[in-house]
Amino acid sequence: MLRHILVRLLQSVLILLIMSFLIFGLISLMPGDPVSLMAAASPGMTPEDVARLRALYGFDQSWTIRYGHWLAAVLSGDLGYSRLSAQSVAATLPRPLANSLALMTVSLALALLAAVPAGVIAALRRGRALDHLLNLAAFAAVSLPVFWLGLVAIIVFAVGLGWLPASGVETVGGGGAVDRLRHLALPVLALAVAGFGHYMRYTRSAMIGVLRQDWIRTARAKGLSWTQVVLRHALRSAMIPVVTILALDLGTLFSGIVVTETVFAYPGMGKLIYDAVMGADFNLALAALMLATGLTLAGNLLADCAYGLLDPRIGER
Amino acid sequence: MMRGLLSHPSARFGLAVLLLLALATGAASWIERELGVDAQSIDILAQLAPPSWSHPLGTDDVGRDLLVRLLRGGQISLVVGLATALVAALLGTLIGLTAGYLGGPADALLMRLTDGVIALPLLPVLIVLGAVDPTKLGLPADAFRSEWAGLGRIVVIIGLVGWTTSARLVRAAALSVKVQDFVRAAEALGAGPLHIMARHILPNVVQPMIVATTLSIGNIILLESALSFLGLGVQPPLPSWGNMLSNALDQLYNAPALALWPGASIFLTVLAFNLLGDGLQDTLDPRGGR
Repeated sequence: MLRHILVRLLQSVLILLIMSFLIFGLISLMPGDPVSLMAAASPGMTPEDVARLRALYGFDQSWTIRYGHWLAAVLSGDLGYSRLSAQSVAATLPRPLANSLALMTVSLALALLAAVPAGVIAALRRGRALDHLLNLAAFAAVSLPVFWLGLVAIIVFAVGLGWLPASGVETVGGGGAVDRLRHLALPVLALAVAGFGHYMRYTRSAMIGVLRQDWIRTARAKGLSWTQVVLRHALRSAMIPVVTILALDLGTLFSGIVVTETVFAYPGMGKLIYDAVMGADFNLALAALMLATGLTLAGNLLADCAYGLLDPRIGER
Repeated sequence: MMRGLLSHPSARFGLAVLLLLALATGAASWIERELGVDAQSIDILAQLAPPSWSHPLGTDDVGRDLLVRLLRGGQISLVVGLATALVAALLGTLIGLTAGYLGGPADALLMRLTDGVIALPLLPVLIVLGAVDPTKLGLPADAFRSEWAGLGRIVVIIGLVGWTTSARLVRAAALSVKVQDFVRAAEALGAGPLHIMARHILPNVVQPMIVATTLSIGNIILLESALSFLGLGVQPPLPSWGNMLSNALDQLYNAPALALWPGASIFLTVLAFNLLGDGLQDTLDPRGGR
């Protein structure tokens, strides 16, 4: 098991390295470079100044060489400066990351709280009207565009009823925990709906697979009640694929937060990446994308370990 | 197969919606002629007009006819969705075949690349891809300026990240087929790798590929509309459901109704593709059963 985890860890580091190379290449394809942006902002600069600055910062070299320099700097803990926030990238990232993690964990928890019971009920009532209804709801949930759901939520709850704020993380000047929760409510709702559809379908199909197994019949035969069999035995093994999918899905979650945070003007990682790319903040975009990729890979690794812990057959390997 | 599909209620619903959508978007130019407007024609005197005979769904904030824009946007979403799904399936087939058939280090490298692309935060990467400067790729600065090149750009950038599912499917099929006796026999008789891939491996993945591709179209339409919503997909004045919604976001307080139709259209279309894909899966794979 330990060996298995170590091998996967090394693989993840390798993938992260490959991805950092590709992402750096992509970012260097964005329009302009920091020096030309500097030159555009200060009309007094002569073409010679620009050329000297280019040479100073290494922008006269190919992007593969610059990648090497960037990697060396990052490994020594230097992520560079952010153009938009006029601060170091390392100082810019923590707050949006915390905001996004709050958004992601709360909506994920909400989605699971609804999806797991719904999936179990659908599996138990398989083929009946309730199953069809829950299935249709799940399909509808994954087919809803998150940003449209967000818009409709704003129209209904913020513009129409005036119950909840439409944007931001807190009232200007700060308003305490309740205020923050009120700001979190609509984005969380928009994100949780798609998650519900996703996990309800996984729980249902995993549960159907498990209920078909012989050992379920054995458990019944030895005198356990149906509720006990379902809740204690079947649910536990049905959760294995669900947990795996959960961790594998972190990348999808990051896609969801980009649109959600844009619609609700919520200052998290998704909006930060969007703003950084639009505002040609190369260092910030690079670091934020790498962070998101790294978190997703860490999620995959976690899924692998959880899989080993939950499924004894893998642990023995 | 068709009969099985038609006896599947959700697939029937999906097919019906898609057929209706194809008919409606197909009739767009006829409706434009009847109404005497097109998707770009501005009527300053009829801003945010309510539904009427001359504007069946009303108009937007600069007086453009909503119905016509909705239908034209639908054409674009469908074309982009189908084209991207095909590009992604082709790319995935090529990569999956190469990895599965060659095996060894090529397989290991391609599969790590697949893992990496799956781990990418999809939309953030698409945003960067959408912002790429054509001149840095050696293309002329106005390479994506024309309407068709602009749509081609979206097809390429979504296709570039959308191939992973089909690559894994094809690779798995290649791995399981290439060790079987009939393939060994064909090799012994002198069949080359291309012949084996085309005649023995690909026929084995046609069905799962049809399911995966159908299911992917819905996701691609969602991604395209999200990109257009963020201003990086279909560019105005060309209408798309996504960019109509970003316009609606600006008019949220004085015309909330603008957000209704484009969003409902995306929802119904994506739902139809998902239900159709689900139906196909049940019909083509009896083991999966429900």
